[in-house]
Amino acid sequence: MAKAKKESSSAVADPACAPEWTELLEQMLTIRRFEEATEREFRKGKIGGYLHVYIGQEAIASGIVSALNEGDAVFCGYRDHAQALSLGSEPNAVMAELFGKGTGLSRGKGGSMHLFDVGHGLYGGYGIVGGHLPLAVGAAYAQRYQGTDRITVCYFGDGAMNIGSFHEAMNMAGLWGHQGMCPIIFVIENNGYAMGTKLDRHSALTDLSARVHAYDIPTEKVDGQDIFAVRGVADRVVAQVRETGKPYCIEAITYRFSGHGAADVLQPYRPKDEVERHRQRDPITILRNRLGEICGLTDDDVKAMDERATTIAANAVKFAEESPLPDPEELFTDVVAEHGPRPVRESETE
Amino acid sequence: MTEKSYRDAIRDAMMEEMDRDPNVLIMGEDIGVYEGTFRITAGMLKKYGPKRIIDTPIAEAGMVGTAVGMAMLGLRPIVEMMTINFSIVAADQIVNHAAKVRYFSGGQVDVPVIVRGPQGAGVQLSAQHSQSLESFYGHFPGMHVVAPATPADAKGLLKTAIRGKDPVLFLESAALYGMKGEVPDDPEFTVPFGKSRVAREGKDVTVVSYSRMLQLSLAVADKLSKEEGIECEVIDLRSLRPLDMDPVFASVSKTHRAVVVQEQWKPYGAAAEISASIMEAMFDELDAPVARVTGEDVPMPYARNLELLATPHEPEIIHAVKKVMYANG
Repeated sequence: MAKAKKESSSAVADPACAPEWTELLEQMLTIRRFEEATEREFRKGKIGGYLHVYIGQEAIASGIVSALNEGDAVFCGYRDHAQALSLGSEPNAVMAELFGKGTGLSRGKGGSMHLFDVGHGLYGGYGIVGGHLPLAVGAAYAQRYQGTDRITVCYFGDGAMNIGSFHEAMNMAGLWGHQGMCPIIFVIENNGYAMGTKLDRHSALTDLSARVHAYDIPTEKVDGQDIFAVRGVADRVVAQVRETGKPYCIEAITYRFSGHGAADVLQPYRPKDEVERHRQRDPITILRNRLGEICGLTDDDVKAMDERATTIAANAVKFAEESPLPDPEELFTDVVAEHGPRPVRESETE
Repeated sequence: MTEKSYRDAIRDAMMEEMDRDPNVLIMGEDIGVYEGTFRITAGMLKKYGPKRIIDTPIAEAGMVGTAVGMAMLGLRPIVEMMTINFSIVAADQIVNHAAKVRYFSGGQVDVPVIVRGPQGAGVQLSAQHSQSLESFYGHFPGMHVVAPATPADAKGLLKTAIRGKDPVLFLESAALYGMKGEVPDDPEFTVPFGKSRVAREGKDVTVVSYSRMLQLSLAVADKLSKEEGIECEVIDLRSLRPLDMDPVFASVSKTHRAVVVQEQWKPYGAAAEISASIMEAMFDELDAPVARVTGEDVPMPYARNLELLATPHEPEIIHAVKKVMYANG
């Protein structure tokens, strides 16, 4: 009895039981319920274009973003909903953007692939695989040039590592890092597939960290399903990069549970049992079980969290649905900084 | 006013703006230690240091892309392309990133990035190094495309570009680098985008051009005036995007005849856009179809005689002017 009591009191003091972890669990649950809602709304035709959900990879966005400071910058590819939500973007505004509504983050002009929320540090959301890597390197240079201690995080998938802009960006990051002018963390979200092409069919060298190391950038692999591991690495690396102004690369080994995009229903490139096997390592379950075992998190606690997450997603859908479409005048704004009046169509004058 | 070369006008614009605003920096291949292929940045590394004069690897997508990221965070990077031909390697960064970030972010960022460098044919650089890319870049919304014809415009337009909020393709004519002209000394002198100018007044035929072909058109106009009494009104567009057609329309309503002169290929070229705009707006004013003078539709050959045949010269412009006057033989 005494022993049990002692264990219990040490559990309370355990940093693994800090309130932040339950908050991160709730954040990951919110991202999950949000993404599930987007898949449903896509099938109903409420969301257009492409839709790439983050289900299965939540620990990477939440684990790294939670280690950042206000003012740090995040760039990512088109699988970007979780980055926005973990940075603190309003779920309503994110969903409204996906619905193409005037209340969206970009007033409906970007959609799922181009989420931007500069006020929360999100510098996009890009649709050309690997195209955003040079932008992120330039952002990191600017942060040092301006004399700040801010850093940039750049997320990309294993599939982005074969395009020229990856290599050009890595080389320049390595070079600028030598001068302490490139405080950037590259995060490879290695989910094993470039869309439907498996890693060993798209990369001659399957050790991706080794490829980054070729540009004199230190790299580190981490279990991307385990937010404790991700956050542990992130805390150390964020401090180091902020201090040195030198780039660092984290390769998070992960798996996406849904298709590449919402239209990827058949998934002929991967066997069903492979998906099932990976689903056994759900990042939310891993954190939930850990908090249950060590910190006494109960099923009721989780149920309450899940209800709140589900409500946030449902409210976001409701908000998006009820929001107005973008004003037609928006067609011509933001093309360049100073725009003239909307051109009048000839058909409007007759 | 001081007489300056086109090259020095560009250099002065950059240095004045670097002195004025610490956020302005230049990056490019061999611009620092090597002092620039065309020596436009000579001495700048010593003056401004390696953080502001950045020698990049040969990586055009990397240098434009990093400049876009810098611009989004508040810097004003100028990317020097050794020649504008190499910007094609960075086309995705220019047209898909620089030109679109403002729009798809709903206006959350400014993107004041300048891609500048020499273009054009004439010194036997053959197919990969002799192109003019204003039509290619002019096709895409979200950026400005500028092509100055004089030292004063080179300086004034570049200063507008550096002080702006949007991506600018600043297309310099390699053949004009040595050309001299009067340039205002006032460091606040700028030339706005989207303001075409009447470079020479005349009553008979409107000749529309920009960059080096503007200078050729002016030479032809003087010759026709002296030798044949034909008075051309020559319009300098200065910027292709935004494109200011009002002075062109005003001129055509006076002359009722127009010739458009460009160096690059005819199909889908700038002259096609300009002549279509004249036709749409001025159909009833025209006394003849708009004529186009362009380069020949071939990759640029190396041999001197073939290169001369591939690019427009005085006889082609003279022929076109007389054609719209129904005055050819």
